[in-house]
Amino acid sequence: MLNALLVMSGIAVLLGAVLGYAAIKFRVEGNPLVDKIDAILPQTQCGQCGYPGCKPYATALAADEADINRCPPGGEEGIRKLAELLNKEFIPFGGDTNAPKPKSVALIDENTCIGCTLCIQACPVDAIVGAAKQMHTVVTGECTGCELCVAPCPVDCISMIVIQEKITNWKWKYPIYALTPAQ
Amino acid sequence: MSEYLMILIGAVLVNNIVLVKILGLCPFMGVSKKLEAAIGMGAATAFVLTLASGASYLIDHYLLAPYDLTYLSTLSFIVVIAGIVQFTEMYIKKASPALYQVLGIYLPLITTNCAVLGVPLLIVQNELHYNLLKALWFGFGNALGFTLVMVLFAGIRERLEGADVPGIFKGSAIAMVTAGLMSLAFMGFAGLVKP
Repeated sequence: MLNALLVMSGIAVLLGAVLGYAAIKFRVEGNPLVDKIDAILPQTQCGQCGYPGCKPYATALAADEADINRCPPGGEEGIRKLAELLNKEFIPFGGDTNAPKPKSVALIDENTCIGCTLCIQACPVDAIVGAAKQMHTVVTGECTGCELCVAPCPVDCISMIVIQEKITNWKWKYPIYALTPAQ
Repeated sequence: MSEYLMILIGAVLVNNIVLVKILGLCPFMGVSKKLEAAIGMGAATAFVLTLASGASYLIDHYLLAPYDLTYLSTLSFIVVIAGIVQFTEMYIKKASPALYQVLGIYLPLITTNCAVLGVPLLIVQNELHYNLLKALWFGFGNALGFTLVMVLFAGIRERLEGADVPGIFKGSAIAMVTAGLMSLAFMGFAGLVKP
């Protein structure tokens, strides 16, 4: 009986010690802040912030190398959340950053498209289908409206169409109350 | 030398841990939809299974048997396997992030894999009286058998995706039928052994 207790607790203590030592010895240097910031960013990977994607922007934010107002798809709500997380002052869009536009999707003028596939390569979410010398088209449901496909098009056949509010896509608006300093 | 070959063939084919002993069915059915995932799970299990066989043999031989505590084998093996899995996960995370990405989610699952507990118990209860090297080899053979079956089954299931399966058999049902047929096929390897 006593032997059994001793052996089992001996195994448990030994394993606990080994695991505790391993946890210190093999600790991976990661930055949990980057993941938290990345969770706030909208993951459109549009690059409008000047970084290749949301994760690089999050890394730059964590290292305090970028302003928090560089993410148009996140909107002002995103800036507010970032300001709260990073304990910074809220800064509105402005300067060299683009302000958020109304949600829109790309539309390819299928008569003008020459099938060069340049926009397909530019699309970060694979929302454009088509093959070389075949007309391309945008899968509207997948398009995030990042406008990355507009610039590469050699014949300027891509335009951004603002999504009209319809009964199928209408949502409750977030109640936003602007805070004003007490008089 | 031929003894080791016999152990290997016996573990991989004749007494295959999944299809003949019917252990470790949860990953066999659960993680076999994609070939890639099956290979990852197989590799992770192979690693842990081999280590667990050696560690449990040592514990049984030097700790439990001398004090007449063999009734504690199941309990202590579970503790040891859980510890090994945790340690392996930490080590891989540090040493090879790429491998961790592949095995990542499967490693913790192995803790509750019945094949990993079953093989050490088989070694301990075996009348063959394995030594440490044979125990490790037996564990490795079973791991190899597990990986082989996982890869085969995942390959078949990927093919089945494109097959014209009648509606009511689609999904898990046809996978069960396939597993049964594979099990039947592996029963044929019993003929390798002379009575």
